Amino acid sequence: MSTPALRLAHDPALGPAGIAPGQVTGRGAGGPAPKRIIVGYGFWIFLLSDVIMFSAFFAAYAVLFKSTDGGPSAHELFDLRNTAAQTAVLLASTFTCGMASLAVGHRSQKWTQIALLVTGLLGLIFILLEVREFSGFIARGAGPSRSAFLSSFFTLVGCHGIHVSVALLWLGTQMAQFYAMGFREDIRHRFLCFSLFWHALDIVWVAIFNLVYLVGSLPPELLP
Amino acid sequence: MLGKLNWQAIPFDQPIALAAGAFVVLVIVGAVIWVVVKGYTPYLWREWITSVDHKRIGIMYCLLAGVMLVRGFIDALMMRTQQALAFHAPGYLPPEHYDQIFSAHGTIMIFFMAMPFVIGLMNFAMPLQLGVRDVAFPTLNSVSFWLTAAGALLVNISLVVGEFARTSWLPYPPLSELRYSPGVGVDYYLWALQISGIGTLMTGINMVTTVLKIRAPGMNYMRMPIFCWTTLASNLLIVAVFPILTATLAMLLLDRYLGFHFFTNDGGGNAMMFQNLIWAWGHPEVYILVLPAFGIFSEVVSTFCGKPLFDRRSMIIATLGICILSLLVWLHHFFTMGAGGDVNAVFGIASMVIAVPTGVKIYNWLFTMYGGRIRFSSPMLWSIGFMVTFVIGGMTGVLLASPVADFVLHNSLFLVAHFHNVIIGGVVFGVFAGYTYWFPKAFGFVLDERLGKAAFWCWSIGFYVTFVPLYVVGLEGMTRRMQHYDRPEWYPWMLVAEVGVLIILCGIALQVAQLWISIRERATRRDLTGDPWDGRSLEWSTSSPPPMFNFAVLPHVVSDEPYWSIKQQALARGQLVAPEPPEYGPIEMPRNSPTGFVTAFFAVVTGFSLIWHIWWLVILGLIGAYATFVVFAWRDHREIEIPAEEVARIDRANRTARAEALRELREGVTR
Repeated sequence: MSTPALRLAHDPALGPAGIAPGQVTGRGAGGPAPKRIIVGYGFWIFLLSDVIMFSAFFAAYAVLFKSTDGGPSAHELFDLRNTAAQTAVLLASTFTCGMASLAVGHRSQKWTQIALLVTGLLGLIFILLEVREFSGFIARGAGPSRSAFLSSFFTLVGCHGIHVSVALLWLGTQMAQFYAMGFREDIRHRFLCFSLFWHALDIVWVAIFNLVYLVGSLPPELLP
Repeated sequence: MLGKLNWQAIPFDQPIALAAGAFVVLVIVGAVIWVVVKGYTPYLWREWITSVDHKRIGIMYCLLAGVMLVRGFIDALMMRTQQALAFHAPGYLPPEHYDQIFSAHGTIMIFFMAMPFVIGLMNFAMPLQLGVRDVAFPTLNSVSFWLTAAGALLVNISLVVGEFARTSWLPYPPLSELRYSPGVGVDYYLWALQISGIGTLMTGINMVTTVLKIRAPGMNYMRMPIFCWTTLASNLLIVAVFPILTATLAMLLLDRYLGFHFFTNDGGGNAMMFQNLIWAWGHPEVYILVLPAFGIFSEVVSTFCGKPLFDRRSMIIATLGICILSLLVWLHHFFTMGAGGDVNAVFGIASMVIAVPTGVKIYNWLFTMYGGRIRFSSPMLWSIGFMVTFVIGGMTGVLLASPVADFVLHNSLFLVAHFHNVIIGGVVFGVFAGYTYWFPKAFGFVLDERLGKAAFWCWSIGFYVTFVPLYVVGLEGMTRRMQHYDRPEWYPWMLVAEVGVLIILCGIALQVAQLWISIRERATRRDLTGDPWDGRSLEWSTSSPPPMFNFAVLPHVVSDEPYWSIKQQALARGQLVAPEPPEYGPIEMPRNSPTGFVTAFFAVVTGFSLIWHIWWLVILGLIGAYATFVVFAWRDHREIEIPAEEVARIDRANRTARAEALRELREGVTR
């Protein structure tokens, strides 16, 4: 920009624009971002808000952890073998979801569908394992209305389970869309969001796995 | 088949409630019949209900807020009248009805008046100020609005079918638990807020992405108008705290519906955890509302003083400082919980510290006025009224932030007077200033100034006459939410407060008259230049109302106050528009979509059937919502293209008007 020529709101024709749209200046002066950035950025913000919602449930769980009201405690209930299986399945599904991203990058319909199918099946196994665990607790009289501790446990872990179930619905829709519409730009943007969502649920599970199951399985005398 | 729903849900035995409900039903049915008979349905459907244009959605938000303001104000009038009558007497409202009135007043005023008004103004003005064509996710924006409207509808359905909560605007357990509130009132509250809360969260995501990722070329962070900065801060807070509200209300819902024990007296539940969680959302909520109002005042003050805002940089730092501090003070809402002296001291001091950045802002506005050429138009009057009123409210707030004083004043009418002092003086005056300021931009004609000023004086005087008595009786020990009382020294003050609320009623009547008369005289009130106030930011550089695409060519920003500097340079050069029109290209705009409306329809169905335990309808509603999502995901044509000739035709008219604007400006200079 040599001379700060008068630049009218509607009439960039009067002089050079100075900054081309999309040009990055580091001060946010580059004009509107491309669509892919906007979609991904918005979805990141959503994920942050979702993590905050989980943090409220984590806080409630921490507050109510010892409020067992004479009922079973975490130490008596948790079976780490089931948790280990769930964790393995979910981590494997994150890997296959990553493979799906690569397949989309290569525009391979076959491998995209296979990788997403495996991801979905692993997610389904995860849900079934969780349902088995929950129904086992309820059968032993340790349902969510037994004590405040169990209320918060079922809500926190169940909220994650509901997220995974909704993600499975999304996954099915996504597969159908790849199949019917191919690798159109908007479908790929949607898949970007899906994979972010799936990985984020994995991160939340890592927190649940550590803070709920591992800590809960410690003998009570080791807990503060 | 119909769950808990039967004919007893209609309040036949309560004449006041029944009459109010019948009135609302009549108004809605009448409006629908009028629209259908006049043949406006296709127009409304095409241009408004399915619109994804941020300006239209903003206007609909403000309209919803205006209607809810009247509803919430009627509640306020009824409460003040009850307390004016209920000295040594039962008054005219039985306790269970009075309790619903104050709960509905608070719920409606915060969630369905203040929030939609603020979000509506942000929606309307922010993309225009940033010099762009829409928000980041236009269809999501429409979904947000319609979910908010769905929540408002559910609250108002409770007038006719069933009852509303009697648990105040924040339903503290254990009172709000099933054992003590077995009716559907709390359920109405919870589901209405869950639905509208999701809408608000999506607005937050949308606006943060817009401000951070979609700005005109050259509009760097330090050049953004202050209103955009406060919009950003407010929406960051929405994203940070509305999930907590959702989680907290979900816990209470699980307690009520499935016998969980989060907040119950038995089973190890912890009622104080609700207070902590709800205020972790609730305190930042106050700043979600008031920060955009601060932004409006910043725009108005610099425009009507003809000066750039004093020290923009400190204003931005103060805004973000408040944004962070607001997350650290929630415990001051329940010092009496018994957390101990140390905890209370920390939160008390943190609360007082908020007064520092707020004070910075007040001085910024004052120094902007100092030496300025002040025009006392009604937006400026609201701003000055705000500065005086808000400082008083802030000082009583600092007083309450001291735990020692708070133990005495907790839950008294002193507290009620304090938060009305900041919310009416801050948020309500702010949205009225914004409404008057941006009205010509939205509709192309200015509001009547005489009636607007009269409304301002009624509101201001009415506010003081209503709430100064509440400060007094609060100091004398009168607690909030009393259905009757027998202390003679309070009685005269209650009568004064009743007079005050009637003065505010005059203010609202004047505002309705102002709108009515201005619409009727719109032909003579046209804003042909697009710049009725001699504005400084980009929204004034396009026509009033702006074309669908806002700007035919995206502006290139080279200074802090882009339109002001354009006008100054143009004055020197003698021409505001270039002699040759620019090269127009075709513009892609998002296609209208009924997704928002349909989603909200299913949300109302699901919410209503959840409240009344109609489980089959719940399942149908959820399936409908999922089907809507799939249909939306499957559409092929998401954008329409406006051809270059059409853009040129629209912009040509705008350029003519702007030439007119310059002529006026030059005459103003020579005059």
